[in-house]
Amino acid sequence: MSSSRFEQVRSIAADLFAVPTSKLTSESSPDTVEAWDSTQHLTLVLALEEHFGFQLTPEEIEDMHTLGDVMRVVDSKLNPAER
Amino acid sequence: MRKEIDELLAGGSWRAAYNRLGELWRREKGQAASAFVTSRCALLRDHIPFTVCRLTILRSFTVEPIVGPLRAAAWLSGIDLQVQIGDFNAYSQEILDPGSSLYRSSPDVVVLAVQSSDIAPDLWSRSADISSDAIAEAAEHTHKNYRQWVRIFREHSSANLIIHNLEQPVVPSLGVLASQSNSGQRAAFERINQELRNLPREYSGVFILDYDSLVGRHGRERWHDERKWLTARMPIAADMVGQLAHEWLRFLTPLAGKTAKALVVDLDNTLWGGVIGEDGMTGIKLGPEYPGACYQSLQRALIDQHRKGILLAICSKNNLEEAMEALAHHPGMVLRPEHFAAIRINWEDKAQNLREIAAELNIGIDSLAFLDDNPVERENVRTALPEITVIDLPPDPVNYAATLRDCPVLERLSLTNEDRQRTALYAAERERSRVEENFTTKEDFFRFLEQEADISAVVPETLARVAQLTQKTNQFNLTTQRYTEQQISTLAARIDTSVLSIQVRDRYGDHGLVGVAIAHDVDGDFEIDTFLLSCRVIGRTVETALLAHLAEQARLRGRRRLLGRFFPTRKNAPARDFYRNHGFHLESQDGDGSLWSLDLNQETVPYPEWIRLNINVGGRN
Repeated sequence: MSSSRFEQVRSIAADLFAVPTSKLTSESSPDTVEAWDSTQHLTLVLALEEHFGFQLTPEEIEDMHTLGDVMRVVDSKLNPAER
Repeated sequence: MRKEIDELLAGGSWRAAYNRLGELWRREKGQAASAFVTSRCALLRDHIPFTVCRLTILRSFTVEPIVGPLRAAAWLSGIDLQVQIGDFNAYSQEILDPGSSLYRSSPDVVVLAVQSSDIAPDLWSRSADISSDAIAEAAEHTHKNYRQWVRIFREHSSANLIIHNLEQPVVPSLGVLASQSNSGQRAAFERINQELRNLPREYSGVFILDYDSLVGRHGRERWHDERKWLTARMPIAADMVGQLAHEWLRFLTPLAGKTAKALVVDLDNTLWGGVIGEDGMTGIKLGPEYPGACYQSLQRALIDQHRKGILLAICSKNNLEEAMEALAHHPGMVLRPEHFAAIRINWEDKAQNLREIAAELNIGIDSLAFLDDNPVERENVRTALPEITVIDLPPDPVNYAATLRDCPVLERLSLTNEDRQRTALYAAERERSRVEENFTTKEDFFRFLEQEADISAVVPETLARVAQLTQKTNQFNLTTQRYTEQQISTLAARIDTSVLSIQVRDRYGDHGLVGVAIAHDVDGDFEIDTFLLSCRVIGRTVETALLAHLAEQARLRGRRRLLGRFFPTRKNAPARDFYRNHGFHLESQDGDGSLWSLDLNQETVPYPEWIRLNINVGGRN
């Protein structure tokens, strides 16, 4: 993942979960981020779709357990050839 | 930019932070930005005046992701929107059960957002299977359900109710056949929606949101996200969520009283293409062909706002003669000088001109909306006058009219006679002020005016206007109590309460219904709960006539004293000395306001002799 894309995802998550970007790593997950509940998970999905202009499948959504997973999914959506 | 905003907040630069949040939102609009805006605006609660509005959403689908963009946009329109969401598909129980959390939370506004597929599943997915009789029956059953909910809701709540109508399926179950008959699925949903449109006429404070048109406007296929519907009960695509939030705001903005009373427009490259001072009458673009047609469309959209009672005004940097010549005589003009209640065409600073326009129209700066093609002028105005609503015209004039029509601050939820005649009222007012200068004493001027006033108990025909005045009047308003039509109607039905309106005419014309007084029995006294007057008749002793009548009513009701309160706001200084000037005594005073009294055994408020009064308060009083 390009660093700017990484920053974009991190910045979206920081806005939604109301935490500073510096507190978010690829290991961040609903277990470590207080505001990341199931409602916010759906909002995160919508925010990513809105920002990157793609639609995520239910399978992809289920695979997003950590911020690292989220970034992998975003990468595979945007660069399908590198999968 | 986020960092900068957080620094402004940390440094206590509240207004600057608020303006930057507005800029961020205009640039980014979306889930992430909305979460940022919402969390930061909450910090401004104690520093910038917001109107609190409590919203409850009753729903059959996932609405949680809509709340973020909705609240962000509301914050930036000056509304602190506090949202509660009902359980999935519990809307019917919530409405029918008088003890439900819906009623206990006493919201200001309730949205009933129910999908066609949930409320009418047979019509939605089985209509090809069932007989045309069964289809008609299902349609009737559905609209009768709505009718029952509204009736019961009104028994338990005076909140405003916004009801989504029912959307048509993306593709009708019988395909093109659906359009060949008046008894199928398509006709059934049309029938239900037709019935729903009757409800606002029968119940005050009930409004229909045309969800079917909203979905159609953006494209049914683009609107829906079937996968998210099936997995998360969220039927709306990510990039359409903001559109539903915006549609809700078109109702919530006027319900929260955040409407523009006047719309101030620029001329060059706004009302016409080009610059009149350089291109001249024959050079500016304005006519039925492109590109002049874009400007004619905008002018037609402006006329429509004018018909809704919104005053139009001009603020333009130009030579007055040249610009007026175009306004009055250009063959492509749809608007003419008489459509404008105030005109400032000069080379002065626009912010200063806008202040003068507000003063001339006797409205607050925060009641102005400003329309200008030039982003630099818009930014200057935004910075100099943060209270004003600045409308962002898009770069391409083709989209001007649509942008204007999409502004929540220009929405009206009901129209009164006063709205329809507003510009004529202001023209008569200019004439009065001109004449007033020729009289040496005020009394002579009052006699010359030949004022006539009707004081009446509120009736169904005047409910909308009375409620509107309580919501919109800021200056001559003693207590600034806001009431909905429904609340006024409830008050008027009480035997211990008197809800009065005053209509005023004079030799220059009819002012319409311009004042409201509400008073009720408290122990042995008669206490004034609301006393207000539209600013265009202040200072002509109409207020004295209304107060004199209240004193008379109190005496007839056998009351000992007439009591009145004054609650100061940022705007109601004109009303501050009202009770003192009419012989009331100060009873008490604290941080919230003051209480005044008039002993009816010893004192009275004399009727002004120059106003001819017609009293029509019914048998009850």
